[in-house]
Formats: sequence, structure tokens, C-alpha cells
Amino acid sequence: MLGDMQKSRKQQGKKTTYRYHITALLLAVMMLLLSGCGRQKSDVITITNVSYDPTREFYEAYNKMFIQHYEAETGKKVEVIQSHGGSGMQARSVVEGCNADVVTLALAHDISLIEDTGLINEGWMDQFPDQSAPYTSTIVFLVRKGNERNIKDWDDLIQPGVEVITPDPKSSGGACWNFLAALSYAKEKGYSEAEQKKFLKELYANVSVMDSGARGSTTTFVENGKGDVLIAWENEAMTVLKNYPGEYELISPTVSILAQPSVAVVDDNVDFNGTRDVAEAYLSYLYEDDAQRLAAENGYRPSNQEILKEYEDTFDLTMTLWSIDDFGGWDQAYKDYFDDDAWFDEIYNY
Amino acid sequence: MKRRFRKNKKIRVIPGFHLTLGITVTMLSLIVLIPLASVMVYSLKLSLSEFFGLLTKSNVLYAFATSIGCSFLAACINVVFGVILAWTLTRYDFPGKRILDGFIELPFALPTAVAGITLSKMYSDTGVIGKPLAVLGIKAAYTHVGLVIALVFVGIPFVVRSVQPILEKLDGQYEEAAYILGATPSKTFFKVILSEMKPAILTGFGLAFARGVGEYGSVIYISGNSAKEHTQVISYVIMQKLNYIDYASATAIALVMLIISFLILFAVNIIQMKQAQRTNQL
Amino acid sequence: MNELEKLEKRKKSTRHILITVSVLFLFLMLVLPLLCIIASSLKEGFAFYMQSIRIDYVKSALKVTLIATVAAVVINTFFGLCVSWLLTKFSFRGKQVLATLIDIPFSISPVIVGLAFLMTFGRLGWTYPFIRAINQFFGTNIRIAFAIPGVILATVFVTFPYVSREVIPVLNAQGKDEEEAAALMGAGGLKIFFKITFPQMKWALLYGVILCTSRALGEFGAVNALSKTRGETFTLPLEIDALYMSGTEQSVTAAFAVSSLLVILAVIILFLRNILEYRAKTRRESR
Repeated sequence: MLGDMQKSRKQQGKKTTYRYHITALLLAVMMLLLSGCGRQKSDVITITNVSYDPTREFYEAYNKMFIQHYEAETGKKVEVIQSHGGSGMQARSVVEGCNADVVTLALAHDISLIEDTGLINEGWMDQFPDQSAPYTSTIVFLVRKGNERNIKDWDDLIQPGVEVITPDPKSSGGACWNFLAALSYAKEKGYSEAEQKKFLKELYANVSVMDSGARGSTTTFVENGKGDVLIAWENEAMTVLKNYPGEYELISPTVSILAQPSVAVVDDNVDFNGTRDVAEAYLSYLYEDDAQRLAAENGYRPSNQEILKEYEDTFDLTMTLWSIDDFGGWDQAYKDYFDDDAWFDEIYNY
Repeated sequence: MKRRFRKNKKIRVIPGFHLTLGITVTMLSLIVLIPLASVMVYSLKLSLSEFFGLLTKSNVLYAFATSIGCSFLAACINVVFGVILAWTLTRYDFPGKRILDGFIELPFALPTAVAGITLSKMYSDTGVIGKPLAVLGIKAAYTHVGLVIALVFVGIPFVVRSVQPILEKLDGQYEEAAYILGATPSKTFFKVILSEMKPAILTGFGLAFARGVGEYGSVIYISGNSAKEHTQVISYVIMQKLNYIDYASATAIALVMLIISFLILFAVNIIQMKQAQRTNQL
Repeated sequence: MNELEKLEKRKKSTRHILITVSVLFLFLMLVLPLLCIIASSLKEGFAFYMQSIRIDYVKSALKVTLIATVAAVVINTFFGLCVSWLLTKFSFRGKQVLATLIDIPFSISPVIVGLAFLMTFGRLGWTYPFIRAINQFFGTNIRIAFAIPGVILATVFVTFPYVSREVIPVLNAQGKDEEEAAALMGAGGLKIFFKITFPQMKWALLYGVILCTSRALGEFGAVNALSKTRGETFTLPLEIDALYMSGTEQSVTAAFAVSSLLVILAVIILFLRNILEYRAKTRRESR
């Protein structure tokens, strides 16, 4: 056997080295591919804005506005790369190494997660006005034209037979706002804790499809024609109204929650990229009048109260809005309602 | 021991053992094993009791049952139709055959999310197929039925493309021989051809099944992800955990999933190799 | 004679039944969804269709997709050949375990695949300090996660076993007597491979490559975790997702238009395969 092997090895000796060359060549190609990539544009400053799903249109328009403004102001050219996705997933991607210069996410909690890893400095919430939330939104209902079920407020959603569409708070950060909005109503009504749970239990018992994200829910409701009412962000609902004129109605409940999408500079990354000035200018400019109006046109409530008043036909300003602070902040809210075996698991029991 | 030794001696006649073994192990480690190991390390952060506590949670158990059950069912359906399809495409000629043949890989080329969205649209109560089904009283979208349909969709190319090359190689001579020996066509098929195709069918089944267990994109839109009706798949539960930055739980579930599919694939591989050894001994 | 006629008749009827079943199944499961996609993509007219597949984002995504696909096919074909040679021509201890490990990428949730690469090459990964040190030392800007290399790696990962899994059953069915005979007669490894093994597995290899290509074209989940910047590292499936998620009716239509682009790519590849196969077969028959 040994002789056999030696013989055959000798025979293939030459051919084996030939194959080694092929292997080496392949490895070299791989190395080349690995190394040949990186951002290298000298005269244009590039920043990356990691945001969440429904802000695409808004930031597309805003980036154009900002690029013009910045060039006029400083004479420097900027390019903004956008990244969108589920808010929680986006936050994770920054933690895991996505080179974001600024983050503009759906909830402050997602930014706190990045802060916890040291990428964002403490006190980011006070860096920009209004708790670093340049625009806000709230949770409303979207119903089909005619509103056959006559849905006016939260307690109409727990009527037997009403089909509700809302995403899963367990997999979508935005869906936590929906849950808290419903809870705000129950608290506003002065329900006891048992009654609050009962109300939420009945509400979630009426949920016929629970998608993994807000966009999925909108698709289920709009494209697939499932359900009587969609619990949605105000800006999402307005986008649907705009895209499908005359097919849907927006219903503002009496009580809801003030959803504050927050923004922050990713300190560690901007220091590495040398883009701090641009990144800060990018976020500050969100508070300028033009940008605030742009936000309003895209369905977000401007945080500048005067500009918000200009749009009182668009937004129902009579709603009672609870805020996340009324629930003790996000960490507390997660602990009380969304973590394993907390409220949500209890009312939506398996 | 003695037998193995003899086998070894026989084997090394063909050159290239060390070279191919080297390349295989290196690439496997670099691309698959090292990244997987680096993520699975996170699951070790759970203590043993936490680990079992997590796995015996009812929603996790149901998700495993759903994923495995539906994938198994879908793989069985795929085997039946896959074999029929492969047979038709290799043995018969009919107009449009080439085009149909080309469609087989469609489920791969379509991003899973697009497939999922399209399927959920088609099978919802207002969709092209969902409407007639609803009249019959069958709810497809947002139930297990929809889940199985999505998994059949993603799995069908595996079976067809595994079986097809074997069928092409079995060029009629077996059937002729069997026929001359007096077997009926159905007998020929089930006794001769099917047994010849068994390894390939098993491969196809194993692949379709394995793919189904891990599937995410194409099922989340059609399944409805209801914890109550147990239509959450295991990937979805992992996603939920990740969304709460719970790497430990997510990777622990993934680890169990990995072990289960490893065992299944391992079984398939053993059966396949046994079969191959028999062929070699003939 | 009568018996034979009956048999012919039965053969014919099975033929009809089988063709009907196949066509029906294919139509319901595959053709109909495709038609739905095409119908959705043409909702705003052909001009809009052309316009939506010609924007820069789509072009860049197409480029990234092609790079990743070519890389995946080249690497996995090479690997697949090695593996199938190893697993079908030799027996050794741990063979089944090795074979099964290679199949692992089939069943891993894409969610975990993305995470695995992030935990290896991302900021939390153990190679990150090295990469950062190299970058600082040489002044380079090597990035793996959230850059093209990450996209390629993820694509290679998910398509890893496709070629070998197609080739192995065929080689197994063939046995290894011929190779052994050739080796005993003194033929070298490459010669055996090209003269004996390769012709046997040609078609299976082609199937494997096709599967690998189409899977690489459509990969979404794993790449999604590793690629976040539109217009730079986005592949076509990610671009489709981005368009779809924008939620306006136009961008949804555009998303379907880009999907159809992917389908067209896949169809072209399949068409090429069909031609190849057809040519080879007619050549064989005319001989």
C-alpha cells in the first residue's frame, strides 16, 4: 500500500503543484476582492444616515435640501447615503459595525441601545432641541371608505367581529407605540390595572393578522384587503391616503401617544470618519423652518409649534397625547410590557 | 477494524485524496464553520437552566413544531410532484416543455421576500387563488396551509433537479430489461426505477426539508405569524429575540435548529451512502 | 399482440395524466406567481417599467449582484468538484459527518447567517481589532461587513453546498470502478478526472451551477444583515425590498419591475443551459 501511494504521489507531483497554483490564484483573487473596497472620494464628503422604514421619501427630499444648503453655506459638497429598515434592526446594524454617521430612528430606545455600546456619547438626547426629536407622529386608525364598522375610538376596536391589523410588538419597535397608544386610552379612562389588561386582551384578540413590521401590516390591510381597521402611524396612514385617494379614511382616536422618532450623531464613527461637522449640521438643519415644513408635508408633525399650527388642517391637534415619560421611559416600558412574560405575553397568551 | 483497513487499502488507488480533503476542510472551516462558531459562542452565555427554560417556552416549542411539521409536509408534497415533474420533463416531449423546464429554478431567482409578498397576495381572500378557495371554505393565507404552500414553492427545485440527472442517465435500458422479464410498467417503475432514484429522491427531500426549516423571507408574509394559531416559524422567533438584542437566546434557538437539521441531514447522508456502497458492490 | 396494444394504451394514458399533472402544478405554483409579478410590474405602463429599471440605484445593485453571483459560482464550483471527488471516490472515518457539515448552509436561517458574519467581521466580532489595526497601520480602509466582501461571503455561504449536492448522487450512482481501473493502469489524477469523471457528471454539474447561480441572484436574508447602504453595497433583492418598503404605489410597481429583471436574468441563464444541453444531445445522437 505504501509503495502504491508513493508511486501515485510521484506521478501526480507535477499536476498537484499545478493545482496548487490554481488554488493560490483563487485565494489571490479573493484577497483582491477583499481589499479593493472602501470609500475613497476626495472632494465630496460622504455621510451615512441610518434611518427606519417610513422615512424614505422624507429623507430623499431632505437630503437634496440639505446638500444645497450646505454647499451654499460652506462651499463643500456633501453626499448622503441612506439606509432604511426596521428600526430595531437598523440600530443593531450600527452596533454590529455599520458605518453610520447619524441615526434617525423610530424610538429613543433604539438609540439608547447604541449608546450602551459606547458608540454614542451620553446625553445625546439633550444635544438637539425637543429631546432630539425634530418631528413627531402619533398612532391613528385607517379604515376602509364608508367606515362600515363605525369606528371612532379605541373602544370600537374591541367590538366582537371587528378585524384589527397591527404588527407584533415582539418583532417591531414601531408596534410598541401601537400597544402604548391603546394603553394610554385605557389609562386616560381611569381603568384599573385589571381592566387595562382586559381591554388590551380583547383588543389583541381581535387582531387577525400580526405581521412582523409596520410595512407588512400596511400591505396586509391595503394590498391583500384583510381586516377592518389598521392601527398605524399617522404619517403611514397619510401616505396610504395619498396613494389610494378615495379608498380609505383616517380616524383620529380621542387619545393616543406622542411618538417621538429621535436623531443622534454616532460619535465614535464621526470621529473616525472626520465627519462630525457635517453630521451635526445635518441634524441641526432638521429644525430649520424649511425642513420642518418638509416634514409636515411628509406626514410628520413638526416639533416647531408655530409651524405645526400652519398645518392644523392636516393634523388633528385636539387629540390627547400621552408621552413615553408617562410610562416611565422606554426601559421601564420594555420591562413592564414587552419583555418575556411581561404584559404583552400575558394578554396575548400562548 | 480489519474490514476498514482493507477498505482503506482499496480506496487510495485513486489519487487526490489529501489534496481534496485539504481544500474541502479549509474552505468549509473558513466559510462555514468559523463564522458559525463565532456566533454560536453567544449561546454559551446562557446557563443550562436558562437554556432549557427558553427552549421549553410554549411559543418556542410551537414554532419548532410548526417549522419542522410544515417543512416535512411540504418536502413530502415536493417529492411526489418533483418526481412526476422530473419524469415528465425527461421522458416525454410536448410543446412548451423547454419553457416549463426553465421555470423550475424560478423560486431561487426570486428574492424570498418578493415570493412571499406575491404568494400572500395570491392566496389571501381577495387574491386570484384565494378567492375560489375561500368559496370552498378553505383559508389559505395566514394559516398553516399558506405556510406549506410557501415552503412547497421554495423547495420544488431541489427535488426536480436532484432527480432529473439520474433519470436522464437511466436511459430506458432498465425498463426494457424489466419489460422483457415480464414486469408491468407500474411494477417496473416502483421496483426498478424508483429504487434506482431513491438516493436522489432522498437528497431532494433532505434539501427541501432543510431549506424549509430555516426559511424566513417567503413565509413571514403568508403565515400571519400568529402565536395563537401557532403559525410562527422558528426563524421568526429568532428574529423576535434579535429584535430585543437578545443574542444569547437567538443563538441558542439557532443552535438547536442546527442540531436538529444536522441529524436529519446526517440520516439522509447515511442512507445515501449505504445505497452508493451497494451500487459499488454490484 | 393484444396485450402489447393494451400496454401501449396504458402507457399513453399515464403519459397524458402525468403531463397534465405536471403542467397544472407548474402553472399553479410557479407560472401564476410569475404572471402576477409581471402584471404588477407593468401596472404603470411599459415606459414606467423601463424608467424604473434604469435608475442608478438599480444599475449599481445589478453590478453588485453580478459580482457576488460570479464569485459564488466560481468558488462553489471549484469547491463542489473537490468535495464530490472526495466524498464519492474515497471512504474515510468521519465522511458522513463531513458531508453533513457541508449541507449545513441549506438549513440555517438566513437571519443567523448574517449574524454569523457580523460576529466574525463586524464591530463585535473577534477579527475586528485585527482589521482595525491593519487599517490604522497601513492607512487602508478594508471593510468586510457592510461592504462588498461581506456581501460576497454571505452569498458564497448560502450557495455553498449547491454544486456538490447535485454532483454527488450522480457520481455515487456511477460507482468508482472505472476510476480505480484507470488509476491502476497509471493514469494521473487530472487525466482520470477529465476523461472519466467529468463526462459522467457534466449535466449534474451544470444543474448545480444553475441552482447556485439562481440562488445567488435571489439571496436576500443573509445579505440584508451585511449590507446597509443603497447604491453602494445593495444587491438587486435588497433594492427590490427598499423600493417595496417605500410604500408609494409607484415604488411598489418599480419593485416588481426590478424583480422581473431578476427573473429575466435567471431565464437567460436557463436558456443558455437549455441550448448547451440540446446541442450536446443532438451531437450524441447523430454520432
